[in-house]
Amino acid sequence: MRKIILRRLLVSVPLLLGMTFITFLFIQIAPGDFLDNLRLNPQISPQVIDLYKKKFHLGKPVIIQYFYWLKSILKLEWGYSFTYKTSVIKVISSHAINTLILSLSTIVFTWLFVFPLGILCVRYQKSFIDKFITFFSYIFISSPTFLLAIILLYLATFVEFLPLGGMRSLNFDDLSRLGKIFDILKHLIVPTLVLSLGSIAYLVRILRANLFEILSSPFINSLKARGLSKRKILLHALKNSLNPMITIFGYQISGLLSGAALTEIICGWPGLGQVILTAVRSQDLYLVMASVFIGGLLLILGNLVADILLAWVDPRIRYERF
Amino acid sequence: MSVFKKIIKDKVSLISLGVLIFLYLGAIFAPFFSPYPYDEEDVEYIWAPPAKIHFFDFKRKIFFRPFVYAYRYKIDEYYQRHYYEDKSKIYPIKFFVRGFKYKILGIIPCDLHLFGADTKIYLFGADGKGRDLFSRILYGARVSLSIGIIASLISFSLGLIIGGISGYFGGRIDNIIMRIVEMFMMIPSFYLLLALRASFPPDLTSTQIYFLIVIILSFIGWAQIARIIRGMALSLRERDYVYAAKALGVSDFKIIISHILPHTFSYALVAIVLSIPGYILAEAGLSLLGLGIQEPEASWGNLLSSALSIVKIRIYPWIIIPGIFILLATISFNILGERLREILTSRQ
Repeated sequence: MRKIILRRLLVSVPLLLGMTFITFLFIQIAPGDFLDNLRLNPQISPQVIDLYKKKFHLGKPVIIQYFYWLKSILKLEWGYSFTYKTSVIKVISSHAINTLILSLSTIVFTWLFVFPLGILCVRYQKSFIDKFITFFSYIFISSPTFLLAIILLYLATFVEFLPLGGMRSLNFDDLSRLGKIFDILKHLIVPTLVLSLGSIAYLVRILRANLFEILSSPFINSLKARGLSKRKILLHALKNSLNPMITIFGYQISGLLSGAALTEIICGWPGLGQVILTAVRSQDLYLVMASVFIGGLLLILGNLVADILLAWVDPRIRYERF
Repeated sequence: MSVFKKIIKDKVSLISLGVLIFLYLGAIFAPFFSPYPYDEEDVEYIWAPPAKIHFFDFKRKIFFRPFVYAYRYKIDEYYQRHYYEDKSKIYPIKFFVRGFKYKILGIIPCDLHLFGADTKIYLFGADGKGRDLFSRILYGARVSLSIGIIASLISFSLGLIIGGISGYFGGRIDNIIMRIVEMFMMIPSFYLLLALRASFPPDLTSTQIYFLIVIILSFIGWAQIARIIRGMALSLRERDYVYAAKALGVSDFKIIISHILPHTFSYALVAIVLSIPGYILAEAGLSLLGLGIQEPEASWGNLLSSALSIVKIRIYPWIIIPGIFILLATISFNILGERLREILTSRQ
């Protein structure tokens, strides 16, 4: 097992390098750079700009700039954000926590509902409940998150209890510790719903199709012939339908930081999505690079976790692949 | 042909096909269906609500004939406009009226419109500049619906060719191409979308932005398709007819084009249909954030951008209508794609 993990990690290093280089290239191809904004500011002298230029190696070819960036990344110096006027690490870490909170609550909420709904569908197949769930899953799969966000925010205007976007109330600092947690939870409701409705719908559909397929396989028939109760048969089927769900769970982990960008922006959640939008708008190179880097890193980790989980659950994969 | 017949027979997919045809016809003949040009502003109709179509007026003895009243407004103490119907005069809705000039399909000059009235008739209400939301949605459909199809076709041709080459040759070429594909798949797509958009100057014309978005979207989309086509090509190249073609001295390129890729066609068709909604949504998302199609040009995304303000949705709920159109298009494409897949896989 340790060998597998090590090999996968080694393979992902060149991937990460290539990915960051592609991103770096694109941002550098762009006409103008992040010093343009500073140049427009009459209070900043040309000498200061030259200093910046030297400090960030701006005059040099792209590939050399990239290596400088790589060197500093390895030294854990992630550069300076020109828009937020602090170090990139500070900006990212302060916003990434918010995104993590949102993503984790989404994952918890999603998985809380997927299995009960999927089992309901299979237990009462072709009944009203099944059709009802499939119908809504179709709608939620197709509905874009931004539309869902807008509609839910609109509906939230009718509920006095629900806040309209943001993460904290105005009087957040005056609240007690419990009150603070409660306040954030209250703000979490709408964005969590927006993000999880779509993935619940998607997962329920996959689980349903999968369960149906397994329930018609021969080993279930033999279980039936032995006279197992319906419940126990369903449990056996569930265990066998876990594979694709685990793969998707891995994807969810990889999307922890980048999956919620648009929803965050619309719901005013102060996460990485907002950071990258402002960074992109002002061509804040180091900030964009760092966000893409972290996003890619998480994607690799997520895939790795999914693979390990799969190998752990399914012995067939364990023997076949490694 | 039999695939088409099966779709026609199935009620749900027939409906979604119908919706799509309806939407695309609306987009192609947008000027004919829309009573006003998409950029015509009217100060008297800023944020005017949707026109109420009446059929009865007992005082004037009108039965079963559609007509509208003109909107007038009062300004309250907060400088907020309150629209009400001016019932002193009625304006019957006329069909096939003459209006602003346009060209059918860009060629035949014409000034005929489906409907109109002697007063403003804004079916879906007006936006903040007093423009007709209905006309703007029709014109926006041209952008939003065509971007989906063009982008998916381009990324498919790219994915097919690259995936085909990679799978057919295998070995080192396959290894290199697949590593590149994985790199592209690893970049978080929304971040890549934003980063790519940022790498071009913000002050482009709408046509330039349109093509830019198409290119960006296909650039992001090709990797996934290439990977799947490559998997299919890997197994297809072991078939006897491919060996036969090789033995006959057919060139590699020709084998890929005429013996490998055609067999991926049924998969490709399903995947094209299923990928279009993603492209439509990506364009809408970009335009929604103000990075896509710019005013006064309309696209479903930038029409929805005024709905980002919660206060505005609360006061003018009709600005969410473009979102309903986006939903209609994506649901129809998804249902159609799913059904196509069912039909095609059951046939094999």
